Amino acid sequence: MSDTKLPAHMDPKNSFQGLILTLQNFWADQGCVILQPYDMEMGAGTFHPATTLRALGPKPWRAAYVQPSRRPTDGRYGENPNRLQHFYQYQVILKPSPENLQELYLQSLYAIGIDPKVHDLRFVEDDWESPTLGAWGLGWECWCDGMEVSQFTYFQQVAGFECAPVSGELTYGLERIACYLQNVDSIMELNFNGREGDEKITYADVFLQAEQEFSRYNFDHANTEILFRHFKDAEDECKALLAAGADGNQHKLAMPAYEQCIKASHAFNLLDARGVISVTERQSYILRVRELAKACGGAWLQTEAGGA
Amino acid sequence: MPELLLELFSEEIPARHQRRAAENLKKLVTDALVERGLLYEGAVSYATPRRLTLSVVGLPAASAATKTERKGPRTDAPEKAIEGFLRAAGLTSLDQATVQNDPKKGDFYVAITEKPGENTTDIVADIVPTLVEKFPWPKSMRWGSGNLTWIRPLRAITATFAVEGDETQTIEFEVGGVKSGNTTYGHRFLAPAAITVRRFEDYAAALESAKVVLDLDRRMEIIRADADNLAFAQGLEVITDQGLLEEAAGLVEWPVVMMGKFEEQFLGLPEEVVTTAIRSHQKCFCLRDAKTGKLADSFLLISNIEAPDGGKTIVAGNERVIHARLSDAKFFYDTDLKRPLESRLPKLDAMVFHEKLGTQSQRVERLVALAAELAPMVGAHADDAARAAKIAKADLVTDMVFEFPELQGLMGKYYAAAQGEKPEISNAILDHYKPSGPSDEVPTQSVSIAVALADKLDILTGFWAIDEKPTGSKDPFALRRAALGVIRISLDNQLDLNLSKLVGDHMVRISGAADEAKIADLMSFFEDRLVVQMRDTGIKHDVLDAVLGNGGLAKGFTLPSIVARAKELAGLLESEAGESLLAGYRRAANILRAEEKKDGKAFNQTVDNSAFLLDQESQLFSAIKVVNESVAANISNEDFAAAMNDLASLRLPVDAFFDDVMVNDDDPKVRINRLNLLAKLRETMHLIADFSKLAG
Repeated sequence: MSDTKLPAHMDPKNSFQGLILTLQNFWADQGCVILQPYDMEMGAGTFHPATTLRALGPKPWRAAYVQPSRRPTDGRYGENPNRLQHFYQYQVILKPSPENLQELYLQSLYAIGIDPKVHDLRFVEDDWESPTLGAWGLGWECWCDGMEVSQFTYFQQVAGFECAPVSGELTYGLERIACYLQNVDSIMELNFNGREGDEKITYADVFLQAEQEFSRYNFDHANTEILFRHFKDAEDECKALLAAGADGNQHKLAMPAYEQCIKASHAFNLLDARGVISVTERQSYILRVRELAKACGGAWLQTEAGGA
Repeated sequence: MPELLLELFSEEIPARHQRRAAENLKKLVTDALVERGLLYEGAVSYATPRRLTLSVVGLPAASAATKTERKGPRTDAPEKAIEGFLRAAGLTSLDQATVQNDPKKGDFYVAITEKPGENTTDIVADIVPTLVEKFPWPKSMRWGSGNLTWIRPLRAITATFAVEGDETQTIEFEVGGVKSGNTTYGHRFLAPAAITVRRFEDYAAALESAKVVLDLDRRMEIIRADADNLAFAQGLEVITDQGLLEEAAGLVEWPVVMMGKFEEQFLGLPEEVVTTAIRSHQKCFCLRDAKTGKLADSFLLISNIEAPDGGKTIVAGNERVIHARLSDAKFFYDTDLKRPLESRLPKLDAMVFHEKLGTQSQRVERLVALAAELAPMVGAHADDAARAAKIAKADLVTDMVFEFPELQGLMGKYYAAAQGEKPEISNAILDHYKPSGPSDEVPTQSVSIAVALADKLDILTGFWAIDEKPTGSKDPFALRRAALGVIRISLDNQLDLNLSKLVGDHMVRISGAADEAKIADLMSFFEDRLVVQMRDTGIKHDVLDAVLGNGGLAKGFTLPSIVARAKELAGLLESEAGESLLAGYRRAANILRAEEKKDGKAFNQTVDNSAFLLDQESQLFSAIKVVNESVAANISNEDFAAAMNDLASLRLPVDAFFDDVMVNDDDPKVRINRLNLLAKLRETMHLIADFSKLAG
């Protein structure tokens, strides 16, 4: 933690953006590249190529970034205090996972104002798996006074490939942590900019209308015919790019192909929210996305950044 | 006596693996020590979230020297044999072998290998790395750039050997880049400093003052006692939960029990909703009023630290989370109650149960028809059974069950009761999932029985109709459990159901036609499950096979009648008469088998009274005639005890026959008639069971 005292409007206890900026500074000090959100819709920060693709291959990598996460089925028209269809994850990936990763994580909590001497911090077993990414890892849910504030995972496999070296991944649930730090019961009540009086901007000021409109879109208005087509188009494009980019032992289009995989995954999530995918069909869609993810992972391993 | 201390220090080990891991560590290390010639007096192992510890006392400082003798070939044996001996004994030339003399064998070679004793520390340094590498974790992982696997990253190893007095030695080795030493660490937050370790006694004491309770059982006991005391002081009782207690103790090194409260309004929720939210999701204990037995508006949390504010912040944090969880639950409950259950049924249209078996709605329609068909057979009103089946799955699309899937059935029951359904109908919504496992109870109310059977028979018939049967260890739709459920419900309630017919009728509902082969296959699947189930009640599989060999479910026999027959048969076989009768049967069957083979034909003609030469023949024949009629009558009356008595009465004439009659008479007419008589005996006994299936 830096010695200079933060101005009140930057203190994570008063400010949502202050929380994000504190984490950015903390992980920048650990040698991470601080990236900006990936400019595509995705269900979790793990989908960002800086995690999924960079976790593969032998090259060391350290990155941290905020990623807006879209979970269409979690939309509640802004009425549920803890549930949104669009929220922020703070994502950190360190490859290879350093020996003191748990310590670093605890220090980051200390930096945002969670003192481990006063709070009950716990690492509770959690086996993480992403069927769509063909990925799994072992680690924990990190609890602070009974609340899950982060996920901590040692990646074992991504896109169907063994991770060697192993990456350590941290995912902070920013809104939830902020509610705790700011002592408010609903995400919408969060102070976003840390100002008071007329200058105060809340989470609701920024996102309430969006939650309402996107909940309508996700549940009622998203044109499923178009979405099915988007899924198919993205799947076809992904396969076409994978074929076109293959060049002997090298691959020249791994990243564009992976973007199409992200697109297919998001189209599937929207279709799922519209309730037009049955339980058994659901499984086959997940498998189709996983096949794309695996092929993209394989292609990435044939690129320079993938260590080829 | 010298002692060994070993600690494997890691990142947090999941609570559910700790006890087994400590046991494995003890077994693996002590077995390996013994194998290397090191006997010990005692060994104890411990586990906390961050460490596995083993203390072995009464070890020698070194293993004893050993001398082994290996006898070889005679000195004049061929060169090949001598070469082989040298190779096997690990000798380079004959100079290293000794010659011994045996008065019978003459001179022969002997290889004497003397192995000096090894220091215990060297042996430990040799065996532990391999054990760590091959440790049997249920699921292990790699980390960083290494290849070692452990349950979570292994960070330090302490290994010391204490000989006499204060003299201790660090046992040095390395595994997966982790070097052993004599340093451990205290509680992650309360006393994280390094601790130098000598032997178990000072190790355990140092950890205790560094806020680590090493022993899982002691942590459990501390939690239990503190929880009881805190509860008692408030006039409350802890709702005991051994599984939660062990889990809670596996999540802390320094247990601190504290009490939190939630708003009283949440007590208006069904009790199970509150306890599920608090126990399964927050790993906190629920409490009851000691006098009234009612759920209390407080809970107990187990913290891992003693905080300077006395835990106020921790309690407040936990209260917030539990408040949020209960608010969610209350919101779901209130929303769910606003709509009658059947108004949710259309949503089941969109839920595909299985692509070849249609939607949940179609499944519900089938359940309604099957439950109504079953109702009169189990003593229920058809309308009630149909109504219960109709709304049995409606809670799957309520908000509460979506959030807390473990409450399926239970919420349906509450919602049905709230909208004024009859108690037997609302109970059936919960009970129709039962029995959900070997220890779960079996439904006993008639409406519940009808819907529970319908639910299971529909799944089984459906998956058999589309050829998706369980194979090997793969049983994704839990069909074995469903079949076992049908068996237990039928037996516990003594239901004489013609399963073969029920399944046939239901297959028509599912696929438009009854496929006889599939029905027969499903019946034998039930029978296989029955054999497994009966094994636990002491009825051996061969007895059941013998009964089933005479006609099982496919022939319309019912589960209770099959089991009753098996029990009576087992009783008969245990009696002296039964034993003797079985011996007679076997003798008859063996003779028939041999002679049928010899003559190339079966002996199934009528027995000819006039061809008898001896009294024993005619006596046996008249006994068989009497018994045959009586057994048939008793079986059709399902009086299996009487049928067994009939059979037992054959014992004397059978014994007499074999004592005095020689079957293979020289006169072919006499011989054939005697063989026909034995065939008749076999046929009569097979009215009860196929005795040839009984194990010798």
